[in-house]
Amino acid sequence: MEKKVFARTKGLTETPMRYCPGCGHGVIHRLVGETLEELDIRERTIGIAPVGCSVFADEYFNCDMIQPAHGRGPAVATGMKRVRPDCIIFSYQGDGDLASIGMAETIHSAARGENITIIFVNNAIYGMTGGQMAPTTLPGMRSTTSPFGRDPKVAGNPIRVCELLSSLKGPVYLERVAVNTPGNVVKAKKAIKKAFQVQVDGLGFSLVEIISQCPTDWAMTPLQSIGRVKDEMIPYYPLGVFKSLEEKK
Amino acid sequence: MPKIEVDEGRCKACELCIVACPHKVIGLAKHFSPSGFHPACMANAEACTGCMLCAFVCPDVAIEVYK
Repeated sequence: MEKKVFARTKGLTETPMRYCPGCGHGVIHRLVGETLEELDIRERTIGIAPVGCSVFADEYFNCDMIQPAHGRGPAVATGMKRVRPDCIIFSYQGDGDLASIGMAETIHSAARGENITIIFVNNAIYGMTGGQMAPTTLPGMRSTTSPFGRDPKVAGNPIRVCELLSSLKGPVYLERVAVNTPGNVVKAKKAIKKAFQVQVDGLGFSLVEIISQCPTDWAMTPLQSIGRVKDEMIPYYPLGVFKSLEEKK
Repeated sequence: MPKIEVDEGRCKACELCIVACPHKVIGLAKHFSPSGFHPACMANAEACTGCMLCAFVCPDVAIEVYK
């Protein structure tokens, strides 16, 4: 008789996810859900849904959720963590949410070293609103607001959030991972678990940047989109640990 | 024998599990799922080792693995 070795985590609800076929959000939701279950913190976790494709994350995560204004996740997380230090607070944000309109909140919560966890999904585009150029859109990459490819002379160069935050004193744990291959998914799971563990141990600010794919707005098939993650995204956004202070403490 | 079970209500036929499978076990079914996709299925069931790589990459958490 076969034994079930891989089952749907209790960290997710039974609601089917309404993301496009091949979208990386689903995998990242699963990794967060599994982490909540494995660390046994689901009952005292409050998640923050962003504005973006994952705005309905409250329907998918099986924990308490809140949905603040666009980009204000880290600010809301700061308040919640200070009022309820016993709760585990994570903010799930996309690149338009975190790196554009919410950049001030992100940098200042990192600089203050708030004891929160941020899951930053970087797919280099504004997904929900129809594929506009984001601060993380690669040079030469087409979007609906850069139909001839992003021109760095006009639109500047993409922001590497992990590198940016690693210069600050506040963050304890910063890592960039991807979800394009099974191996990278396993590494992403480890990184997310570590980020939550940092918060559980009360060490301080942790952020995991996850390079994801957006097949629909990249105008690609899911298989072509994971190829772009490997060939274009990862060379510009190198994977790895950018800051890890928890070992020293 | 190791096997996978695909929740056809969730599967969106993105085919990421097909390229993730090292033993080429998975294919797309001929029939339509309730949401209008050709869901993933075990096309070559004997080759499955229960390695769970398909379940790791499935964006819709539609795959359960038995071993």
